[in-house]
Amino acid sequence: MSSVPYPRPCGDFRTSYAADMTLFRTRGATIAAWAGAAILLAAPLVGSDYVLSQLILIGIYGIAALGLNVLVGFTGQISLGHGAFFGFGAFASAWLGTAYGVPPLLSIPIAGLMTTALGMIFGIPAARLKGLYLAIATLAAQFILEDFFARAQWFTGGSSGAPAERASLFGLPLDTDRSYFYLVLFWFVVSYVGVANLMRTRDGRALVAVRDHYLSAEVMGINLTRYRILSFGISSFFAGIGGALYAHYLGFVSAEAFTILLSVQFLAMIIIGGLGSVAGSVLGTAFILLLPQVMQAAASSLADVFPAMQQGVAYIKEMSIGAAIILFLIFEPEGLIHRWRLIRASFKLYPFSY
Amino acid sequence: MNWGLLIQLLVNGLIVGMLYGVVAMCFTLIYKSTQVVNFAQGEFLVLGAWICWFFIVKWQLPFVVAFAFALVFTTIYGILVQVVILRPLIGEPIISVIMVTIGLSIFMQALMNWIFGTSAARFPQVFGSEKITIAGLNVETAYLMSFVLSLVIMVVFFYFFRYSRYGLAMRATAYNQQIAQSLGISVKQVFAMAWAISALVSCVAGVVLGLVNAVSNSLAIIGIKVFPAVIVGGLDSIVGAVVGGVIIGLLENLAEFVDGQYLHIGNMYAVAPFYVLIIILMIRPYGLFGTENIERL
Repeated sequence: MSSVPYPRPCGDFRTSYAADMTLFRTRGATIAAWAGAAILLAAPLVGSDYVLSQLILIGIYGIAALGLNVLVGFTGQISLGHGAFFGFGAFASAWLGTAYGVPPLLSIPIAGLMTTALGMIFGIPAARLKGLYLAIATLAAQFILEDFFARAQWFTGGSSGAPAERASLFGLPLDTDRSYFYLVLFWFVVSYVGVANLMRTRDGRALVAVRDHYLSAEVMGINLTRYRILSFGISSFFAGIGGALYAHYLGFVSAEAFTILLSVQFLAMIIIGGLGSVAGSVLGTAFILLLPQVMQAAASSLADVFPAMQQGVAYIKEMSIGAAIILFLIFEPEGLIHRWRLIRASFKLYPFSY
Repeated sequence: MNWGLLIQLLVNGLIVGMLYGVVAMCFTLIYKSTQVVNFAQGEFLVLGAWICWFFIVKWQLPFVVAFAFALVFTTIYGILVQVVILRPLIGEPIISVIMVTIGLSIFMQALMNWIFGTSAARFPQVFGSEKITIAGLNVETAYLMSFVLSLVIMVVFFYFFRYSRYGLAMRATAYNQQIAQSLGISVKQVFAMAWAISALVSCVAGVVLGLVNAVSNSLAIIGIKVFPAVIVGGLDSIVGAVVGGVIIGLLENLAEFVDGQYLHIGNMYAVAPFYVLIIILMIRPYGLFGTENIERL
């Protein structure tokens, strides 16, 4: 997807296919990845409660956004139902806990697998569709699932919602943000590395081939139906994991959180971050989650000058998301990651332009 | 079996279905001539209704004048949206186009909530509220008027595309943009015109709905209801859009009837169209009247 070539250090040649396929392309990238991991591990010790809660939310939504990027960015399928799958994961994990007493640490991956199964079922009609028709089919999935959440008392608690217990590790409760952060971080790293590695496998390349030209892919022996459903399954798995983590973080799940607006926000995250980019999904998630808060701060500080701003804060937050989607698509359709690559390349090549 | 209720519901379904058909027609018009999927169709409709309401209630203008103002306003707005937001996206992949209209719909929804408030507002009486009895059925005058208006819009559409110069230009562009351009048709103008007409007709539908019920931002749900209708009819068929709208309107009320009388599940009215949508997509991925795309390498 990137039109900017990856700037490599001088004399760094690839002499084998294995070397060309490594996860970290350069030594700098390896160092950066480990440094990033170290900073995240240390974050709960230094960060304030506010920073920590934002990091947890970015982690949770980021996992789901990574999943959606597998579907949209890699396979080229569109889903307007990701928010509902996220919600299904949340309810599934809460339900496993209350109905069968499954501890959260175990119920999170099980909820992920249940959501995978659901995603594959909804993926079956999707296997024959693409583009607009697929968007509308997944929109229907969103509404059907929303209706299911409102109706299935035994599963979701209906309109009153479902409680989800806080996680614990071998009797050690993970009931503070500080300890829960590590649980989210664990799943985040697993998802991130998993999706990044997916592109190094045959299946991952098959998905990209389906995106780039589905007919050519089929001619080359890629089973379209299988890979489209597989892609729905993978994406739902991460949505389910994210949803389950969300449920146990809040301690309470209610169906109002998983509307079409959430699905749109997930799509906005990966489009603003950069379609088909693993790091971009995370950047986009951070952008979409932090934008409303920045707008709120800005509107509140303007409220002294324009009193009308104060009552409009909620609307301004919503409008900013809509406006961000429109502006990014017009001015930077390749997303934040593209901008980042440009910045990096210009540093690397300074003082020449290429 | 409660025959009276069933027939009453079916008549309601037919009338509401005609309105769905009109909105679906606007949707198909944009899709056919500009290959853009307008997820903000419902918001266009609400915008028209609010503008008309604003002029009547706040400026105390007579209905006809306010209605004319609303029409002019939404038409200009439609053209602006096309030129400013969608023109830069020509040639981008379909997901970008879908997302930009979704972004537009979020933006408009929030803005209208801010300006006009979140509660529903009533129009002053324009049509009488008395009921007319036709063959033993109670039909509100406002409903009847909306039915007639929908029919009029459809007939105008038919003649516009069949005989007028601009209608022909739009059909030519929908058929093949390059050939249309080489014959001297300004594709830019056609695109702007498609959005203008669509916004204008949405405004009419919005005002009618506002008169029948009340104006509120929840009317935008029609923009979502339109999807089952256009899929049933096939995305690129204007006749299909009308048929699809009527089918969905009837289906909703039929589901309501079956549910209320026998099943007692609740909420079938809102969800049944989406089940039908999935089933139709599984059997005929191109809708009942849509053209099947044959792709070659």
